[in-house]
Amino acid sequence: MSAGTMKSREEIMSDVQEVLEEALGVDADEVTPDATLSGDLGAESIDYLDIVFRLEKKFSTPDKPFKIAQGEMLPENLMTDASLVENGKVTAKGIALLKDRMPHLSLGSWESDPQVTKLGELFTVKSLVDFVERKLKNC
Amino acid sequence: MRWMWIDSIIAFEPKARMVAIKNVSLAEEHLHQHFAAEGSLPAQPLMPNSLILEGMAQTAGILVGSVNDFREKVVLAKVASATIDADVGPGQTIRYDARIERMDAMGAATVGTVSRFDHISNAWTDIGTIEMMFSHLDQNMQGMEFPEENFVFGENFKTILRNAGFPR
Repeated sequence: MSAGTMKSREEIMSDVQEVLEEALGVDADEVTPDATLSGDLGAESIDYLDIVFRLEKKFSTPDKPFKIAQGEMLPENLMTDASLVENGKVTAKGIALLKDRMPHLSLGSWESDPQVTKLGELFTVKSLVDFVERKLKNC
Repeated sequence: MRWMWIDSIIAFEPKARMVAIKNVSLAEEHLHQHFAAEGSLPAQPLMPNSLILEGMAQTAGILVGSVNDFREKVVLAKVASATIDADVGPGQTIRYDARIERMDAMGAATVGTVSRFDHISNAWTDIGTIEMMFSHLDQNMQGMEFPEENFVFGENFKTILRNAGFPR
């Protein structure tokens, strides 16, 4: 995608907002940048797959497909590997992998108590917009 | 009563589309409860919309299952959206036209049109659209184990598939 046709961050936010409204049945005013997908917007595991499919559809153009590989956006696929999670907590190796593979997630204070069940709460609307923006730039 | 809410598969495009029909009959017990006469109100037998959803789930589910030759345990995970704008009564036929929108190892998204055939006017009318998400069970339950046997596509499904000429 050339710089001339690149969507602005506001346009991406608006498209992501639409995707979340459709996938999660939430109202536009609930989809704020800091809202967490699991905690605030009530996303369950299958909703993430729905969101991935809808983002692909929304941001694909006839000449530039927007394809999200398995494990590219969602941390949950990484967590099936035993060396990455120990006693319910993500290991140092797991955290390093998360940082490398998912720079759109800001780990913040979660890193001091990296419970795998709390991982979903890191996924905010802003992180989703960051993910799309970064991916569109690399398209 | 068998939990089968389609009668026959009438069209199939591998990995893309499946069309099934269901004839609604007064012999079906549930129509007499939905809705039974009450007080001065006469009975009004109608196909429940929840079972129309089930018919679409069975059509789209078979389509999704067929992509990997029914090796995956395909389960309905989410009704992403559903609109049904008109009733279907006994003597009418429902058509489920399901398409795969997107599919990967984890599951599939489908969209389908529900149509109603009225034998008096001899015409099909589109009455609804249903979007669904299907999950591949063995891929998504992180460590939970399920029987090897594919319990999703059981004997009833096999009969419908055989009648439609599967395997193709």
